[in-house]
Amino acid sequence: MAVMNDLRTMKNAAWLGWQMEANWADPFLFATYSIVKPISATLILVFMYMVVTGGNTDNPYFSYMFVGNALYMYVAEVLFGVTWVIHDDREHYMTLKQVYIAPINFYAYILGRSAIKIAITTAGVIITLVFGVLVLGVDIFLDDVDWLLLLGSVVLGMGCICVLGLALGGITFLTARHSIGINEGVAGVFYVMSGIIFPITALPAWAQSISKVLPITYWMDSMRRAVMPDAMAELSTAAATDVTGLGGVSDLYIMVYLAISTAVFFALSLGVFRFADGVARRKGKIDWTTAY
Amino acid sequence: MSDGWIIKNLRAVKGRAYPRVVGAQREPSWVFFEVLLPLFTVAAYAYVYQFMDARQELIGYVVLGGAMTAFWLNVLWSMAAQFYWEKEIGNLQLYMIAPISRMSILAGMALGGMFSTTVNAASTLVIGALIFNIAFHVVDPVMLIAIFMVTMVALYGMGMMFASLYMLFGREAYHMSNLLTEPVYLASGFYFPVKYLGVFAAAGASFIPITLGLDALRQLFFTSGAGDAFLSLELELGLLLGLCALFMVLAHYSLRYMEYLGKATGRLTLRWQ
Repeated sequence: MAVMNDLRTMKNAAWLGWQMEANWADPFLFATYSIVKPISATLILVFMYMVVTGGNTDNPYFSYMFVGNALYMYVAEVLFGVTWVIHDDREHYMTLKQVYIAPINFYAYILGRSAIKIAITTAGVIITLVFGVLVLGVDIFLDDVDWLLLLGSVVLGMGCICVLGLALGGITFLTARHSIGINEGVAGVFYVMSGIIFPITALPAWAQSISKVLPITYWMDSMRRAVMPDAMAELSTAAATDVTGLGGVSDLYIMVYLAISTAVFFALSLGVFRFADGVARRKGKIDWTTAY
Repeated sequence: MSDGWIIKNLRAVKGRAYPRVVGAQREPSWVFFEVLLPLFTVAAYAYVYQFMDARQELIGYVVLGGAMTAFWLNVLWSMAAQFYWEKEIGNLQLYMIAPISRMSILAGMALGGMFSTTVNAASTLVIGALIFNIAFHVVDPVMLIAIFMVTMVALYGMGMMFASLYMLFGREAYHMSNLLTEPVYLASGFYFPVKYLGVFAAAGASFIPITLGLDALRQLFFTSGAGDAFLSLELELGLLLGLCALFMVLAHYSLRYMEYLGKATGRLTLRWQ
């Protein structure tokens, strides 16, 4: 019964999230918005690459960079989406207190709202990757995709990003207008440190040590291994060194590392969220507004 | 005592600039984020160039472009979108009934925003230059100041024009600002020389003042910048002056028209739409 209630909460929260994301415009305009933004962000890197190489997209690094930047949308958008639910409901629409006193599981509500963010981001990622393959010759071939690894990576990676978002969401309860900065800061650390658009071996040694602890580094590598295995192999072969920094790590190790990271972050995030929630209730911050 | 129209509007400029200059500095954590956040993108893009063994000037362009993003974001979120926020929190009607020009309010926002953003952008520029060992060679400081000033006037003039549109926007204001972020970074060549977009695309993007401003600043900050230039410095200065005049005039008429439209359709006080 409780599970059914939670599922219903998730479904309705997802519907609400969709309405809030999409009902401001007609579907064509919304689709344009959803396509132009991610493709523009990726084209910045494409032009940077072109300026240096003169347009040679056959290099496996091009695919490495393109795919990494496309997948990073998940990190940025989902992290941001989870915390934005709390910020937006509390500060903008001022409905967080009503959600709180409703007889629903608040985590189910957050998950439902986040689910729609994941769905919209997935559309952006797919559009970007299709554009890359068709127009720019990114090395993704459906016959070569390791679907099992892809499925495992997506499930564990999304889980990990969502629980990180939950911790940041908890912190949002206690901050005024800092949640956007904190989110972008955390996402920015991942962008630089997790081998998103360049291999972590380009970083100084001290930074590489940090990179090898971050779960997003492993997630990004496993996703690339799943969708572009040939380009990943070619990248290290061409350089005759372990360019990615994780060349000696097996797929299984990555999956186990991601699973453990997700479990650890889940426990930590739950703790942070509950603590922040308790403090917010005690200090009356659930219906706090700071003129965002 | 009845103040003259000019004095009243100058007071409005001062009054609206004050919270931008003083208020922003009262919360040091915001300054921290505004300086720090662009550095992540700068660092990531700089490492991309380093990984590809690109020439050092390109990394310098990234640092310069990263610093200049502060101005574009300020124009988008704190100029153009400001009337939308004011509407949402119920202040817009107070602006409307005040016996002052809307342009004075926006000019105050622009001046205050320009000051605090310049401080943040300069910090990003200096920190980025130190981290990535970028050498700036300013050969013509007078031209540098002139280009920077006209770029800012034209850019904030464009922000004023956008403000009139945002005054009527509902929830799409947030999406519109998002939509104008990455595509403008791309079109204006924030992280690579704009001439690589091709003549027609670069010419189209030149209607965004920061495109020409950045192209000129690259020429003034880096010895090899002229080789990556889209247009000559003198031509860019002339075009930017033209854009200053164009956006100021357009902003004036656009604000008047949009205010009338907002009153006629009852959207000036409509919240959470």
